[in-house]
Amino acid sequence: MIKIKTTNRYDITPFRSFMTIVLSLFAALMVISIIFLIVGVNPIYAITEIFSGSFGSVYGFKETVTKAIPLILIGTGLTLAFRAKFWNIGAEGQLLMGAIFATWAGLHFGQKLPPVLIVPLIFLAGFIGGAFWGIIPAILKIKYSINEVISTLMLNYICAEFLTMLIVGPWKGKARFGFPGTNNLPDSAILGLIPGSRIHYATLTLALIFAVVLCVIIYKTRFGYETRVVGENPDAGKYAGINFLKTTLILMAVSGGLAGVAGVGEVAGIHHYLGYPASISSGYGFTAIIVAWLAKLNPVYTIISGLFFAGILVGGDAIQISLGLPAATVDIVNGTLLIFLIMGDYFLNHKIFIQFSNKSRI
Amino acid sequence: MLSRLFFKKSIMKKIKCLEMKSISKSFHGIPANQDINLSIESGEIVGLLGENGAGKTTLMNILYGLYQPDSGQININGNRIRINNPVESISHGIGMVHQHFMLIKNHSVIENIALGYKGTPFFFPKMKIREKVHLFSKKFDFRIDPDKKIWQLSAGEQQRVEIIKALLNGAALLILDEPTSVLTPREIKELISILRGMKAKGHMIIFISHKLDEIMEICDRVIVLQKGKIAGSADTKDTDKKSLARMMVGRDVVFNINKEKLAKGKKVLSVENINVNGDKGLPALNNISFELFENEILGVAGVSGNGQRELAEAITGIRPILSGKVKIKGRDITNKSPRCIYDNGVSHVPEERIRFGIAPGLFLYDNAILKQHHLKKFSSRYFLRYNRIKNHTKTIVNKFKVSTHSINTRVRNLSGGNIQKLILGREVSEQPQLLVASHPTYGLDVGATEFLRKHLLELRKQGSSVLLFSEDLEEIFELCDRIAVIFDGRFMAVLDSDDERLCDIGLMMAGSKKI
Ligand SMILES: Nc1ncnc2c1ncn2[C@@H]1O[C@H](COP(=O)(O)OP(=O)(O)OP(=O)(O)O)[C@@H](O)[C@H]1O
Ligand SMILES: [Mg+2]
Repeated sequence: MIKIKTTNRYDITPFRSFMTIVLSLFAALMVISIIFLIVGVNPIYAITEIFSGSFGSVYGFKETVTKAIPLILIGTGLTLAFRAKFWNIGAEGQLLMGAIFATWAGLHFGQKLPPVLIVPLIFLAGFIGGAFWGIIPAILKIKYSINEVISTLMLNYICAEFLTMLIVGPWKGKARFGFPGTNNLPDSAILGLIPGSRIHYATLTLALIFAVVLCVIIYKTRFGYETRVVGENPDAGKYAGINFLKTTLILMAVSGGLAGVAGVGEVAGIHHYLGYPASISSGYGFTAIIVAWLAKLNPVYTIISGLFFAGILVGGDAIQISLGLPAATVDIVNGTLLIFLIMGDYFLNHKIFIQFSNKSRI
Repeated sequence: MLSRLFFKKSIMKKIKCLEMKSISKSFHGIPANQDINLSIESGEIVGLLGENGAGKTTLMNILYGLYQPDSGQININGNRIRINNPVESISHGIGMVHQHFMLIKNHSVIENIALGYKGTPFFFPKMKIREKVHLFSKKFDFRIDPDKKIWQLSAGEQQRVEIIKALLNGAALLILDEPTSVLTPREIKELISILRGMKAKGHMIIFISHKLDEIMEICDRVIVLQKGKIAGSADTKDTDKKSLARMMVGRDVVFNINKEKLAKGKKVLSVENINVNGDKGLPALNNISFELFENEILGVAGVSGNGQRELAEAITGIRPILSGKVKIKGRDITNKSPRCIYDNGVSHVPEERIRFGIAPGLFLYDNAILKQHHLKKFSSRYFLRYNRIKNHTKTIVNKFKVSTHSINTRVRNLSGGNIQKLILGREVSEQPQLLVASHPTYGLDVGATEFLRKHLLELRKQGSSVLLFSEDLEEIFELCDRIAVIFDGRFMAVLDSDDERLCDIGLMMAGSKKI
């Protein structure tokens, strides 16, 4: 009889955790290759195509950076929430709520204010929107012990439907000629691009700054310390007199707020008006979960992992065109990577061994 | 069938003698075991002694297959074997009862045993296991109700479940890592008689403990480790407590401390008629009232599970108080937040040190300020002052002799006793007005115990008051000015420690006498 047993691993070295990531990525690529084979595509060709599409050309790289912006922003915020073991999978909704708030601010004040004022204003509005949507599950969890995985997930749908209701109803713009969507934001509220690209540099700068600032917050501040303690051992947090409600509210305000800022970038930098949820965000809120995980919950590393996953999104678009694969291909690639990264973590923390035995005892 | 019978026998015969030969193991270049030899024969009980961090647990984890030695070998009956993991060690007939039990709280005894047992059938697993448990309880004279849930059991009963689990898996060699630290005196007696029974049936036992009396009582032979090396060994009949302690610490240890008489000062703590519920929502404390003064140590004696933990947690703000009042220096702190209560001068050494006392994945210096991180000394409004924090940590580590190679290590890498020292150092370093200490010497070696007791008396002299929970009556009588006996959430008596009536303390702890 063959049995598989596990025990905890007690000696985890930095080298070992690094190798775990490398091996997980490698194993994921193997599985992805098999999937490509099944649909009749040469996997080596497809995978090369993905990465040359995203990192191999100037045009591709610019697109990669563009898509990395929301991923880095959201991923950074998620590292904070995940450190406290608050499983926020509602970044998608928080992003949309940020977009809604920003659009409102842009449409209302855009005509009256100059760009120097309106741009910070819509960013602030977006942050508040995301934060508002983020603290709802925080309150539900601390006050009423409602599981945050379920509440954040459900709030995604609520927000998406609310947004749809706005753009087909009260916010429907005349300039859309009857199609759902708001009017375009006034020019003063549109974010500047790096010439020849779609990179809205204001949001990019914010993303990089937040990644560094959050790193400092997590490792150097009192709030970051409390977050780490709560995540490591909630009972010790209670004993240490940490105010759970306050800590969770702040961290979810930040986590949601950053997703909201990403929403501002998408509306004011790329689309210029509020359209259907699926067009505003192509699942950034979910992809960012993998970004945060691959970054080992260190905000600064989300810059690298954000670029990596943005590359896969862009490269996925490329093979969709060149190989005629369905759009879901990218989701399969991302999902496979996440599963293997999480499994890798398990193998890092546990020893697994297989036992052959034909004995029975006493 | 015949072959199975034969097989059974060969297993019972399996380990006659076991040797560990020149075992060495280091962690990140720091040696934890160096060139250690240990041998044990069937029917023998060997004690393993040593200061906190001497490497006892590490050595046993190697034998149990949790760690691989860097060098050295293990022989069973003269044949060299490799133990790569616990499953292999179990199949060689080695069982281990860890210091922190690994049972599933919401499952029953039977279910927990079935989980760890290889012969559990897929269908109706309980029937077969029940039979086996019954058999074993009879053989070794255990008393255990197989249908109780784990959370309903006392520490001693949980330990018995762990022992049955090991025995069912055919353990001929049983390793017990500090088995008595969490037991009441009566449970210790019962454990000892169980171990004697096992010895008589040819089992071998390795017994780790810091309590020299127990070692002297049940072990045939003692091996003393010091800083990862063998410092000596002796047959218990040729040695005594004093020389064992000397071998271990390298100097003489004072077992009896004389406390000087002090007049009590102002009132520090007053508890007025508090009622508190336990974890399961049932009343745990029933109208408890008492007062505590400066320069005074009040001991709470009692069998564990009679409300001690709830009392400590209610005073320190972790557990809600349903009715009644707690005051510190006249200020009402009833149901205030743990931080507010700490700021009023109340420190707390928690009973469940791993659960409440530390964040295991954070660094030593992070843990050294768990309750103090909000103080001006260690953080400005927003930022932590890591320089000061690290200096403070070094002070604690030096003063309390926490053995670690660096303060930049994660707390989960410390040995059990050293975690306790770190918590103690953290809680008493601020000269608290009131120290609530549950089993403070739990897991400490003799040297550290002596140091801690002196330190508590020193705090008392400087005007602090201490509320001491302990199951060690000797410790209570030695340190306390007054003693409260708790039973079923009520105080049976609160008496001066030299009061004649305390000779009936056993009756009071059992609830059959009240003063
Ligand atoms: N996984 C680990 N990583 C790094 N160091 C470790 C690890 N495990 C143990 N150590 C170190 O090895 C030394 C021996 O630890 P061990 O747990 O064996 O001590 P011990 O004798 O059981 O002490 P105690 O009486 O306090 O339980 C300690 O200094 C400890 O810090
Ligand atoms: Mg130990």
